[in-house]
Amino acid sequence: MSVPRAPQPPVSADALPTEAASASAAPAAPAAPDPLVTSPAPSLAPAIAPPPPPRTGWRVLPARIGALCIVELQKIRHDRSEIYTRAVQPVLWLAVFGETFTRIRAIPTGNVPYLDYLAPGIIAQSAMFIAIFYGIMIIWERDAGVLTKLLVTPTPRAALITGKAFASGTKALIQAIVVLIFAAILGVGMTANPLKILGVAVLVVLGSAFFSCLSMSIAGIVLTRDRLMGIGQAITMPLFFSSNALYPTSVMPGWLQPISRINPLSYEVDGLRGLLIGTAEHLPLDFAVLVVASVLSIWAASALLPRLAK
Amino acid sequence: MSEPAIACTNLVYAFGSTKAVDGIEFDVEPGSVYGLLGPNGAGKTTAIRAITTLLPVPPGMVTVFGHDVAKRRMEVRRLLGYVPQQLSADSGLTGRENIAMFARLFDVPRRQRDERVTAALDSVGLLDAADRLAKTYSGGMVRRLELAQALVSSPRLLILDEPTIGLDPIARASVWQRIGEVRDATGMTVFVTTHYMDEADQFCDRISLMHRGTIRATGSPQELKASLPAGAGTLEDVFRHYTGDNLDEPTSGEFRNVRATRSTAARVR
Repeated sequence: MSVPRAPQPPVSADALPTEAASASAAPAAPAAPDPLVTSPAPSLAPAIAPPPPPRTGWRVLPARIGALCIVELQKIRHDRSEIYTRAVQPVLWLAVFGETFTRIRAIPTGNVPYLDYLAPGIIAQSAMFIAIFYGIMIIWERDAGVLTKLLVTPTPRAALITGKAFASGTKALIQAIVVLIFAAILGVGMTANPLKILGVAVLVVLGSAFFSCLSMSIAGIVLTRDRLMGIGQAITMPLFFSSNALYPTSVMPGWLQPISRINPLSYEVDGLRGLLIGTAEHLPLDFAVLVVASVLSIWAASALLPRLAK
Repeated sequence: MSEPAIACTNLVYAFGSTKAVDGIEFDVEPGSVYGLLGPNGAGKTTAIRAITTLLPVPPGMVTVFGHDVAKRRMEVRRLLGYVPQQLSADSGLTGRENIAMFARLFDVPRRQRDERVTAALDSVGLLDAADRLAKTYSGGMVRRLELAQALVSSPRLLILDEPTIGLDPIARASVWQRIGEVRDATGMTVFVTTHYMDEADQFCDRISLMHRGTIRATGSPQELKASLPAGAGTLEDVFRHYTGDNLDEPTSGEFRNVRATRSTAARVR
């Protein structure tokens, strides 16, 4: 993080109101404005106000998840460039790889055009690519002191991790919308059923939660950005190629098929494909695998998180 | 003295075989400004990490307003406002959003949130810059933003790790002025580490001199200076007297810590 200097005149000590004036300033009656200060004289209302009543029990988790998702949305609103740059890859996969393989009919996808078959796989893949770098983000936040500060708030470790996981899901959802729009432009026939779309959203969030927590767990083990960067690179492609995102599991070599079956990405893709384009799916199994995988990875990442703060 | 804001009893913490903190003891009186002084690598940040529940210390070593940090972490965290050494505001958010995030994390009710966030911005003089991204702020402004982040939850104990590192003298005075104002208005306890002896002399009610993991002397700045055999001197003389070392001697600071300190200093300049 670099913080460029802004053309801001230094605050001079004598431009501040006297201590006595501020000390007596009640929230309703702030001290008289000092002519030397451009902004109104400081009122100390927040410090005088009593501490907020603590949330307890089950309400803590949703509140923290909400807070961290809002932060993610605010960041995206301030800097949309990430949405555009992240859209390049999935668009290329659909427009170049998808269109080409649709033409040569090399991959047996039944009566579904290959491009339609591919689109849900690319949604899952692009969501995974975002999520897998959350570990690097959390190490960056550790180095910048942001994580330390979050850890000193009344936020259980698991809530912090779950919040981050859902924040990555929020980002992935925006990405998924971009891919869906582009797929629709290319003529992929997809469902318009709102319930199924909701199911798609849930799957994308669950998948992102799993992969971001996997990444944050690894971050908690390796502890440095450089090592994590290497590991991130080393695992994303194998996860992608050993899933059914590009081709059905049935055409994989025998040794790869069992790997594909333990790869949560395969279940995400299977569910997305079933919901979006109506291929045969195993929705209860898909959801169950992703829920269990997410819970386990949240647990693992929460347990490893304190290592980052040491 | 009523229940101490912080009580450390024989606090020991080691990273591997290096004892970063080796049996320090002190009590912080509620409402006071307490300074932990020492060069880089003295163990100040480790002590702060123990107090802020970040390190797994055994029970019985540290309490905050009577809560043991090893057993009552959530209760302790609710009482704390913490500003770490690094510039830790989120550069991708505006000043207002940075503070609102902490208001949410400390369960400030929605009805009060806007009001409290605005008041926190006001109290550090950032109202005009509130809706600019924090990455456009100067170092001194980021420090004040962090102070507002820590204050929005009305903490009883404000913990500042090297709050003025790298700031120019005017910005340093401004940060201390804000801290003093808040303390006077609320009676909040302030616990601060610094290696600027002049600041400690001027702004702290009580000081512990820390060197190589141990506390060498504790007292008010006046007491410490008066304790010198040759009579009055500066706090630096006091430090030299009790440690037999010069402050600027190369210290045992870890590479990563020193690098982080330097980059913080470079950014706030």
